Amino acid sequence: MSAPANDVQDYVGFDTITQQMERKFLKRGFNLNVILVGESGMGKSTLVNSIFASHLIDTQGRRAAQEVIRKTTEIAPVTQMLEENGVRVKLTIVDTPGFGDQCNNEGCWVPVIKYIKDQHAAYLERELKPNRERIIVDTRVHACLYFLNPGSRGLRPLDVEVLKRLTEVTNVIPVIAKSDSMTIEERTAFKRHIKEELAFHRIMLFPYASDDDADDDRVLNASIRELIPFAVVGSEEVIEVEGKLIRGRRHGWGVINIFDETHSDFVHLRNFMLRTHLSDLIEVTSQRHYEQFRTSQLRQIKELRAQQAAAAASGGAPPVPTQAQPQVPISVMQHQPMAQV
Amino acid sequence: MRSGNQSQAAGSGGVKKKMNGYVGFSNYPNQEHRRSIKRGFNFTLMVVGESGLGKSTLINTLFESKVYPTKEEIATSSAAAAAAAAASGGPQAAKTVEITSVSAEINENNVKLRLSVVDTPGFGDSINNDSAWKPILENIESRFDAYLAQENRVNRSKIVDNRVNALLYFIKPTGHGLRAVDIEFMRNLHNKVNLIPVIARADTLTPQEVEQFKARVLADINFHGIQIFRPVSDQFDDPDTIADNKAIASKIPFAVIGSEKFVERADGTRVRGRQYPWGIIEVENEQHNDFVSLRQMLLRTHMEELRDATDVALYETYRTQKLLALGHVQDNGVFREFNPRQQLEEEEKVHAAKMQKLEAEMAAVFRQKVQEKEGKLKQSEEELHSRHQQMKTVLEKQRAELEEKKGRVGSVEHAPVSHQMGVQAEAVVPGSKDNKKKRGFF
Repeated sequence: MSAPANDVQDYVGFDTITQQMERKFLKRGFNLNVILVGESGMGKSTLVNSIFASHLIDTQGRRAAQEVIRKTTEIAPVTQMLEENGVRVKLTIVDTPGFGDQCNNEGCWVPVIKYIKDQHAAYLERELKPNRERIIVDTRVHACLYFLNPGSRGLRPLDVEVLKRLTEVTNVIPVIAKSDSMTIEERTAFKRHIKEELAFHRIMLFPYASDDDADDDRVLNASIRELIPFAVVGSEEVIEVEGKLIRGRRHGWGVINIFDETHSDFVHLRNFMLRTHLSDLIEVTSQRHYEQFRTSQLRQIKELRAQQAAAAASGGAPPVPTQAQPQVPISVMQHQPMAQV
Repeated sequence: MRSGNQSQAAGSGGVKKKMNGYVGFSNYPNQEHRRSIKRGFNFTLMVVGESGLGKSTLINTLFESKVYPTKEEIATSSAAAAAAAAASGGPQAAKTVEITSVSAEINENNVKLRLSVVDTPGFGDSINNDSAWKPILENIESRFDAYLAQENRVNRSKIVDNRVNALLYFIKPTGHGLRAVDIEFMRNLHNKVNLIPVIARADTLTPQEVEQFKARVLADINFHGIQIFRPVSDQFDDPDTIADNKAIASKIPFAVIGSEKFVERADGTRVRGRQYPWGIIEVENEQHNDFVSLRQMLLRTHMEELRDATDVALYETYRTQKLLALGHVQDNGVFREFNPRQQLEEEEKVHAAKMQKLEAEMAAVFRQKVQEKEGKLKQSEEELHSRHQQMKTVLEKQRAELEEKKGRVGSVEHAPVSHQMGVQAEAVVPGSKDNKKKRGFF
């Protein structure tokens, strides 16, 4: 009975937690929500279809002369289940047709911001219910692909306005989707300009620097930041080059292979989004953007409550709220003792 | 009478005669040609499009000279200025559309060309581009106005022609169709300038995508009734030229790229082009893009047609509208014979009539005034009269009262004089005083 007990007992076995989590994940699957923001004709649909290697969304561009140009930005979410090696993902791609397409684009970002905030609000509402589900369906936007105009000298005024607002509510990844019209030198110069302007306007992009990053994380993040904005080329076509089948574009003067790292940053973007930073995207959405939203919402509700209490005490009519109405209905909050807030 | 000449009656044009020998008037076009070479030509080209579509590069490529400096050079030389501007901009200040112009005199084979290129930086770059086209339209119209003013001068020997002969509009290669900004611009300017739409940065589109996009752009243009410049063939042209024109017209809108840099091809030759990791696109290769056709149309074959269309069609329409709007009426008799004596007599008559009218008016006014005055005087007379009467009655009354008192006092005087005398005397005295007073009053 007295086997080398010490050796056996030295191994406790809690390192199998990773496998346990993996099994759970396999069973449960997860949600991934990505929103695409950019003018029509920037290559949004093609890029998404290339990243996920399947025809997920159709382009919403205006093809016939009789079609009317959209007057406002619409929100068009498309949800699909994808499975790879037993891992299931419920992927929602949200397209924004009409963004930036009119002559006067003032406020074209408002429906987009509203949609992102609505998802946070819906999650908050479900979280605050006394009888909430074991697993709350996560419709919060985890990543926003923002499409830049190739060839412009830097950020356009519209880009600056929208990026400032978008980075406050979600993780933004800027990309140049039709970068096959820029030579390598032009791309480098463009990326440098963009980074300068982003720093000037204090626009924070994902991945965010954090003090408790491990060293290799920091190195990886730094290399990602070097590449931003990603200059990519998307394609759903499969063409044959010297006997091999590749995904790419055939021009009269050459063939672009989207998986070739010298041709475009497509591989880097895909790896970044899906292979290395996918869980980061989801986690940061939950910990940073959602928490910010939650704090501000609860604070608003608390103030509103205080005003109403004051009005009830003085016997007058309920006061007109001085700031925006909180998005979460107050009835949900009734069971929440005020002290916690 | 029979003669060597054969004649045919030809409609209303007179009789067409065939000639026996060489007269030489067929040399006239050559004389005209020599004269126009001596005079030199003007050509004004306007380029419009969002920033980043390659306008400056295309101009530099078309005229094979550095008409515009590249943006990198501007950036490095004024980096400080740019930073200052960005700092003061804040939430990007509303960018306005500027109009900048660059002129050059180019000489080729003794033909002098005064070329002006007008750039429009800032077009379509703001968030609100509703009125981006207005400054450009104003500029084109002001050039028409300037020409109109020069035409109306007394001494017209030296007219400077700044009118825009062609406008290259750069379309973003989205692959979908025209955008709202494009349609808005073209609809407002197509009848003031020769509009040549150009698909910029065409190296981002594959050949099939180019065809599809061109078809969609043309569909949009036709749907909105936009008139773009299309080269038409003359009946006098030879079949080769007609075929060339047709080929060029079929490529509109031109899908072009521009490049100032030279690249080396596989066989070692150096050409203008752009170097990518997957290949080289050559500017002057017709398989790669339509630059050659654009240059052909703009510079080599249809320059005169563009200038002519500007002068005859666009300018004349503008002029007519403008003059009608100013209230000019088409007066066909404006050049009657000028007869000074007749004019003098007419003027005299007019003058006399005017004087008469003036006189009659003045007399009428005078009469009116007199009447008014009379009325007023009568009124005051009556007033005086009535007052007079009033006063008279009052005085009569007082007089009567006085008579009464007098009577009373008189009876008191005849009473026996007693110690009451003094009192009565006193009583009388005031009465006489009163009487005296009263008499004095009369």
